[in-house]
Amino acid sequence: MTLLLPESEAEAAAMVGGASAPLRLEGGGTRAALGRAIQTAGTLSSRKLTGVTLYEPAEMVIGARAGTPLAEIEAVLADKNQTLAFEPMDHRPLFASEGEPTIGAIAAANVSGPRRVFAGAARDSLIGIRFVNGRGQIIKNGGRVMKNVTGLDLVKLHAGAMGTLGLLTEVIFKVSPRPPATATLIYHDLDDARANALMCAAMGTPFEITGAAHLPAGIGDERARTLLRLEGFPEQLDYRSGRLRDLFDAYGTPERLDGDPAAALWREVRDVRALVEPFDHAVWRLSVPPRLGAGLTERLRGTLDCRVLYDWSGGLVWLGLAEDDDAGAATIRAAVHDTGGHGTLVRGSAELRGRIPVFPPEPAAIAKLTAGIKASHDPKGLFNPGLIHPGA
Amino acid sequence: MGAIAIAEPNRAVIDERAHIIEGLAAILPGENLITDARELVPYETDGFTAYSRVPMAVVLPETTEEVSRILAFCNEQGVAVVPRGAGTSLCGGAIPNEDCIVLGVAKMSRVLDVDYANRTARVEAGITNIAISQHVGENGFFYAPDPSSQLACTIAGNIAMNSGGAHCLKYGVTTNNLLGVKLVLVDGTVVEIGGEHLDASGYDLLALVCGSEGQLGVVTEATVRILPMAEGARPVLFGFGSSAAAGACVADIIAAGIVPVAMEFMDKPAIEITESFAHAGYPLDAEAMLIIEVEGSDEEMDAALARIVEIARRHDVQTVKESKSATETAQIWKGRKSAFGATGKIADYICMDGTIPTGRLHEVLPRIGEICRGYGLRVANVFHAGDGNLHPLILYNVNDPEDAMRAEMAGNDILTLCVEVGGCLTGEHGVGIEKRDLMHHQFTAADMDQQLRVRAVFDRKGILNPGKVFPLDAKIAAESELQAA
Repeated sequence: MTLLLPESEAEAAAMVGGASAPLRLEGGGTRAALGRAIQTAGTLSSRKLTGVTLYEPAEMVIGARAGTPLAEIEAVLADKNQTLAFEPMDHRPLFASEGEPTIGAIAAANVSGPRRVFAGAARDSLIGIRFVNGRGQIIKNGGRVMKNVTGLDLVKLHAGAMGTLGLLTEVIFKVSPRPPATATLIYHDLDDARANALMCAAMGTPFEITGAAHLPAGIGDERARTLLRLEGFPEQLDYRSGRLRDLFDAYGTPERLDGDPAAALWREVRDVRALVEPFDHAVWRLSVPPRLGAGLTERLRGTLDCRVLYDWSGGLVWLGLAEDDDAGAATIRAAVHDTGGHGTLVRGSAELRGRIPVFPPEPAAIAKLTAGIKASHDPKGLFNPGLIHPGA
Repeated sequence: MGAIAIAEPNRAVIDERAHIIEGLAAILPGENLITDARELVPYETDGFTAYSRVPMAVVLPETTEEVSRILAFCNEQGVAVVPRGAGTSLCGGAIPNEDCIVLGVAKMSRVLDVDYANRTARVEAGITNIAISQHVGENGFFYAPDPSSQLACTIAGNIAMNSGGAHCLKYGVTTNNLLGVKLVLVDGTVVEIGGEHLDASGYDLLALVCGSEGQLGVVTEATVRILPMAEGARPVLFGFGSSAAAGACVADIIAAGIVPVAMEFMDKPAIEITESFAHAGYPLDAEAMLIIEVEGSDEEMDAALARIVEIARRHDVQTVKESKSATETAQIWKGRKSAFGATGKIADYICMDGTIPTGRLHEVLPRIGEICRGYGLRVANVFHAGDGNLHPLILYNVNDPEDAMRAEMAGNDILTLCVEVGGCLTGEHGVGIEKRDLMHHQFTAADMDQQLRVRAVFDRKGILNPGKVFPLDAKIAAESELQAA
């Protein structure tokens, strides 16, 4: 097992140009358990490509080499009262992994969190990339300005491509002001269907809910909790939480949580803490039309013994269940397919991730495009072969 | 007529015109197939009117099935297809050639489904941008991207160009508000990408299609994000003694953690032109003006505006004019949104669309003035200050070919300058034919080669909207050349 640790983009390009066997691409390695289980003779890591290359607070833009630790980016931004709007999830608790998540991997895996429902995903904030393709060429796309429609958008194509199209060497993100204050309204004891309805109705108000999650009874607490988060200036939060309280009084009287305890609660939602244990259980991530979240889990609970947590107003359903047989794959995929959404096995043993599709299988016409795009970037199949689909 | 080359049409294809029309007639009812020379004229150009070519035929399909059959037929016959929305492109994105057919989607314009709980609307791609907001407006929702041409332009065109608008500082551009498309591939295959859920599975093909200028397929349906309208919105006019002061004010507003829904900049010539047209009460004594709009309840807007006005005062703002009524709000925006129309009343103009890092504004604006003066031309600047998307309007006389050529050259110099300071050639209009030959300023040969390879995955023969985006002589490098390089 060779570990390649380029210290410059040019060195990375030379290493790829000279590679004759497939490579696993990674950043800090904290998400190494994401995707299909693959074996490669070598690993190419961006973790020595570090450093912020550009930060213009007044332009709301930050650029960094791909291996820069996320923590460093967040500290630099916090210093100027700014933040990454998409609130990236930390996968370390779920995978019990160690190391430092890198900004490049956030881009490559399109990692978002609760605020995604309001502010868009990592891919929406990603505006520029540099990468090394499978020919060993250094390619740039997008740039440092947030409005840019010049040529094909390969930036967002690489967001979520999990390093199968190239080694990201530098990423540029649009950033947002850090909210001066936040308030979370917590409604208690709603069943999933009522909670789903409340979240969707609240998202349809002008009060700019930046997080809408539901933790059923037994998920982190005995009582079911439905969370609506507001962010803004303090007087704004008083006004908006008052309006929401009045509009949705049929759902009960919410408790209001501010400050650090609220931030801690949202981190628990973001990192799916409630499903970390038992550690040998599989965890699925289902992306569905938000209003269909609760109906979907009701159907699944008919046949599967699972624990669930909802984010994104019901549009993101996390599911934890025992890894027996196919970990519910056939049942889950069929039910999710009926909603028009898709499901990904996020945590599972390597054996399971080698046996069942981790990402949703694609229709033939889409699979052909996927294979073509892969070949357009990486004709020799060097990068993370088979990580997403067999052959891609 | 300017310097942009249009490819020599393929005579062999034109010779087959009768046969091609016969094939199309078997797919479409007669009223949706235009072949008469006079009726073809409206399709010879788009909003980039200096260039035009009459196509062989125009098809106006009414269903995805028809689009599929048209593309399959044309692909098989080797006939190029130019997709068209409303033809409002300012960069020649929908200009055909004599060996092409134009495929207009304007007859597919229905709202198919609105789901308020999901905050999504599914529409046919020929619907106008404004029609979506009008459809969901009575329920308090709207579709956010708002290009100036929103009364006419279609979602199909918005998706092709990844259109923006005045309010994208807060709400993002088309790609941030698009959830799914039904796409017809060049061989007629129909694929569904995305839907009412939030995230792509696998490669983000939706993002790739958005902004691909009609070269990857024809979008016939779209699922878009609709948003609840704010409780209220209020613009304020700020007049400054210099562009630099206005620019510094914008930077400080953002640094203070305030992201207004819109921050629009106009320089003195633009203020004068629009004020004489819209009578919006713009400050004629100012060198630069900002329209800053905030949203929320009355109290929230009061609080936000108090913060913004305080910042503006630190930058020696000369005029502060807050809208006091819906009529005044409409007037303030009428001036800005009619900037292009108002300019058109006094002269012919070409509208540039580069983006710059906003921190470079104070040096770029004077240089734009110098460039235009160097060609003996006048320029008026309007731009989206929060995101650095410039729209210099270069005034010239369309009946003077030399003047037109100078305007084009000045435009090229301005766009090259945008790239030089770290920006890009186009922020929201697209490349089309207009900026095609400037692509090498922004991209290396390898950068463009990678894009061409991705395009070829969708359309190997280059049948969809040819002659746009990439230089006419651009072609994929052979693997052997790359190895040698």
